[in-house]
Amino acid sequence: MYARPMTVEEAARAMQAPDALALCGGTDVYPAHAGKALSRPLVDLSRVEGLRGITQGSGEIRIGAATTWSDIVAADLPPAFDGLKAAAREVGSVQIQNRGSIAGNLCNASPAADGVPPLLTLDARVEIASVTGRRMLPLAAFITGYRKTALAPGEIVTAVTVPLPGTGARSAFVKLGARRYLVISILMAAALVERDSAGRIIRAAIAVGAASPVAQRLPALEQDLRNLAPGERPSTRVAPQHLAPLAPIGDVRASADYRLDAAITVIGEALDRAVGVL
Amino acid sequence: MISFELNGKSVNCAADPGMRLSEALRRTLGQTGVKSGCDAGDCGACTVLADREPVCACLVPVAQVEGARIETVEGLAGSDIGARLQKAFLARGAAQCGICTPGMLMAATALLAQTAAPDRAAIADALGGVLCRCTGYSKIIDAVADAAQGRAAEMLTPSSGAAVGAPIARLDGRPKVMGTEPYGADAVPAGALWVRAVRSPYHRAGFRFGDLDGYSRAHPGLARILTARDIPGRNVFGVIPPFADQPVFAEGETRFRGEAVAAVVGERAVIEALDLALFPVIWDERPAVLGIAEALAADAPQLHAKRAGNVLVKGRVARGDVGQGFADAAVTVEGVFETSFVEHAYIEPEAGWARRVGERIEITASTQSPYMDRDDTAAIMGLPPESIRIIPSACGGGFGSKLDLSVQPYVALAAWLTGQPVAMVYSRPESIQSTTKRHPAIMRSRMAATREGDLLAMDFEGDFNTGAYASWGPTVANRVPVHASGPYVVPNYRAETRAILTHCVPAGAFRGFGVPQTVIAQEQMLDMLAAKLGLDALEFRIRNALTEATPTVTGQVMGDGVGIRACFEALRPAWQKLRQTADAFNTQAGAMRRGVGVAGMFYGCGNTSLPNPSTIRFGVKPDGRLALHQGAVDIGQGSNTAIAQIAADAVGLPVAMIDLVSPDTDLTPDCGKTSASRQTFVTGKAAELAGRALRRQLLRLANAGEGAGLELAAGILRVDEGGVIRTVDLGALARGPHGYVLCAEETFDPPTAPLDANGQGIPYAVYGYGAHLAEVEVDIRLGLVKVLRIVAAHDVGRAINPVLVEGQIEGGVAQGIGMALMEEFTPGRGENLHDYLIPTIGDVPPIDSILVERASSVGPFGAKGIGEQALIPTAPAILNAIHHATGARLTRTPATPERVLAAIRAARTT
Repeated sequence: MYARPMTVEEAARAMQAPDALALCGGTDVYPAHAGKALSRPLVDLSRVEGLRGITQGSGEIRIGAATTWSDIVAADLPPAFDGLKAAAREVGSVQIQNRGSIAGNLCNASPAADGVPPLLTLDARVEIASVTGRRMLPLAAFITGYRKTALAPGEIVTAVTVPLPGTGARSAFVKLGARRYLVISILMAAALVERDSAGRIIRAAIAVGAASPVAQRLPALEQDLRNLAPGERPSTRVAPQHLAPLAPIGDVRASADYRLDAAITVIGEALDRAVGVL
Repeated sequence: MISFELNGKSVNCAADPGMRLSEALRRTLGQTGVKSGCDAGDCGACTVLADREPVCACLVPVAQVEGARIETVEGLAGSDIGARLQKAFLARGAAQCGICTPGMLMAATALLAQTAAPDRAAIADALGGVLCRCTGYSKIIDAVADAAQGRAAEMLTPSSGAAVGAPIARLDGRPKVMGTEPYGADAVPAGALWVRAVRSPYHRAGFRFGDLDGYSRAHPGLARILTARDIPGRNVFGVIPPFADQPVFAEGETRFRGEAVAAVVGERAVIEALDLALFPVIWDERPAVLGIAEALAADAPQLHAKRAGNVLVKGRVARGDVGQGFADAAVTVEGVFETSFVEHAYIEPEAGWARRVGERIEITASTQSPYMDRDDTAAIMGLPPESIRIIPSACGGGFGSKLDLSVQPYVALAAWLTGQPVAMVYSRPESIQSTTKRHPAIMRSRMAATREGDLLAMDFEGDFNTGAYASWGPTVANRVPVHASGPYVVPNYRAETRAILTHCVPAGAFRGFGVPQTVIAQEQMLDMLAAKLGLDALEFRIRNALTEATPTVTGQVMGDGVGIRACFEALRPAWQKLRQTADAFNTQAGAMRRGVGVAGMFYGCGNTSLPNPSTIRFGVKPDGRLALHQGAVDIGQGSNTAIAQIAADAVGLPVAMIDLVSPDTDLTPDCGKTSASRQTFVTGKAAELAGRALRRQLLRLANAGEGAGLELAAGILRVDEGGVIRTVDLGALARGPHGYVLCAEETFDPPTAPLDANGQGIPYAVYGYGAHLAEVEVDIRLGLVKVLRIVAAHDVGRAINPVLVEGQIEGGVAQGIGMALMEEFTPGRGENLHDYLIPTIGDVPPIDSILVERASSVGPFGAKGIGEQALIPTAPAILNAIHHATGARLTRTPATPERVLAAIRAARTT
């Protein structure tokens, strides 16, 4: 089966087929089937009305599920989205960015998904639809584990929404990989920092990817950075005890210990970039 | 039916809507210029433009391009930007094997449509999603910059006698940039059956088959199941006949993950749809040994009954008195070094097809070694060698792994039994699982020198993990002891090696046969010695470099053509300047440190003390054109061009007069295998001899002397001897057995002498020499290394074609960077090109090539090999540069960020 729904309702109905697999940009579905037949029923969401594009509503920015990484790079978005844009430019290659969708990145639920840390710092929420209706989940609750999400069979993601950050919010994203392009992260960090008119940090959000089954915010560090004076580099405040939420594994890219070690540096660099001292 | 615009024309495509666009374009619309390298978006070879945006066609369901505008390489020539890019790629030598070229061209087309004058960074950003394993990317960047600036690509057409030394564009380049070059998967006849192998998911397992007949009945369209019982000849193959031990289909027990036990043959759609995890085979996983130490343990399972202790073979070279050398030394150093499995990662997975023609079988496949394929396949099929015809397709990268059989026995057997054409195309995971790798090595070494800085002694022991079957393990074990000294005078020397069998994928030939591993030990130890002696690392090497009059560790004195000292000296200006720059940079406190390292190498061209002849046939056609039967497979390195240049100058006619007869065991005499850096040297020499012989025949026709000038046009030979012109009507001459009016056939086998029990003798007639300098920047917080520059000096004897030589150097450097910093295959893990990393366009820095020409009296026009030499010194130069930057010594490759950081910390605490 290859369904080509035009509306969310049609898509939700098509997803009722047993074992149906949602497909949008194809950049995760096809690689998972290299050298194997793709025999599951496919529901192609790429032409569903209203699923692609970025809109600003009252108090939130809505990124349609089928919005590509290239769309995000090209979009006119507040500086708080610079980290998301930087992550978008690091997704695979230009070829992947031209097809891969934001919702696909979340649904694939890789610990190394480039989009997840910046979206966590933006307090993103995930809009889900099925034949029984729609629901919203915070991103942190949507991805439930290593390649696991809260999506029930038959559900699809229709949008990612982000509450409008304060106008002073700035963000950055740093990816550590063993080569320049087309690389899966050893580790990555996203930082979003909001400062008052005096330059003092009033809110910081930090998320780290590829260092736990699901990317994690670091609340203790966020707390410790509050009220940091404008002259101080936030990187100097990052300490091992802030990394408690992380639970890295060792894999072909690096050991768990190295990841924890590098996290201090990578987080610090993301923070310094966010406040503009790097 | 899916309708879209393809290269400006409306097309309807009947493919399944979920089929990958790449496959739909290739299968139903004949766009075989769209290459499938990974089916995972990792290599970018399938890049096409969809509504002007570059996309990986392997990730797009064809249904999604309904109504879209699709552009492929086949349509490029019709656009101004596309045509400019194609010309520039050809003129610059930006296409070597050519398999990535369509993807590169499409990504570049998208860039130039948006950005008229991109800088190098913008070019890298745009091309970062396409991997190239041959070129090192430099010439690709140059070509895109040329095309952007509208620089006219100069196409040289050298006149008689001026071909050697001319940087002409490759003679077989045009189909590569047009997308029409047929690789292994590209020219399969319509309706061919398909074959897939059922492979072991375990490193070691017993197995038995379940209900094969029931499985066949349950799958209409499945024509046959093949197992060991179906093999008419012997179920064993191997590149070195006395060591041949690998079965086509395992019997009783599999010895590595990915080993075939059966194959399914039938209609393509049926075969591709099979989930082979459900094939009726019952596995019994057994304890496996994967590492050298485990395999050598007293109670280790034995891989092969006839190979006690899992030792496949040992190698040894000894000279002088090692004990006395160390006793007399003022300084000694020692170290243990370890390297990893390295995957060849050519962008073209193994592919080919076969058909039965009466009692013969014709195999068209991607290969480096047609005659070896012929003989091994014949033995498997129980047929005489002449009953097998090997027609090499274009080869999308080989680097040593396509010397061994892959698809050939499966397609041959299936075609023989079904009577129909049968094709096989490896998936990327299958290619990585089942084809040979570079040997991981554990090397223990000691070196000693006098107070003045003369090398006195070296004692080397190297164990190489050769995997489950012999492949080229014996070659590695024999080549390494000859080379472990490096290109230096070492009077007291002992090097002993072993190839150790394990339950890993076979390790085989990979650009350098073990020598790239040994230089990682030897060149770092030289730096350690220089440091202990307080000597400059480069001057220390120059002091000890081999000369034309000094003996190698096998006692060979070259007499001529030893350019290693000249190579080191060529690096001296950059060395002195960049070392100072780095030291100054490092006085600033910061996270970044810079370092500069150097390394040297020598490398014997051709087989080690074994015959390896090449034969060239060179004929004059009645119409006056020349036919060069050039049987050396051009896997991207350029033998089609370099050997024609040699032949042209030897006969004394323009290279443009030559028509190439491509490798084909029915049409071209045996030119041996494309390996061991032997084609320019050995086949080139045969071409020189054939060219000179043909020239003598031409001169004789006109009773002219050696100095006469020749011209061939419109069937007339015109001979000009000091202004006296004589003409001969070629059409009036009788035609020989190959249809030529004149024909010469000459063979060259390099003069070598056997090695005695201590490895003394003349293993190679000619060595190539080289030295690299690497400048790196290290982030000492993360252990991240960025290579900033490579300067590569190589003594190639004579650069037959400088652009091709530079291409070999740049590509070798890129593979050396990968080996140094990122490439590590662990059997069972990361069987894809996103976990197994090779350098991208952003990882290879500017490379300055310096060509040194110390002619060898043996090679054609003085030439030596360069294919493997180019890769060998890069990794140790980088590792020495890391040490200069940080004080950290990397004894394990690749030097991943984690290992570099650990070494930096270890250096600080000692």
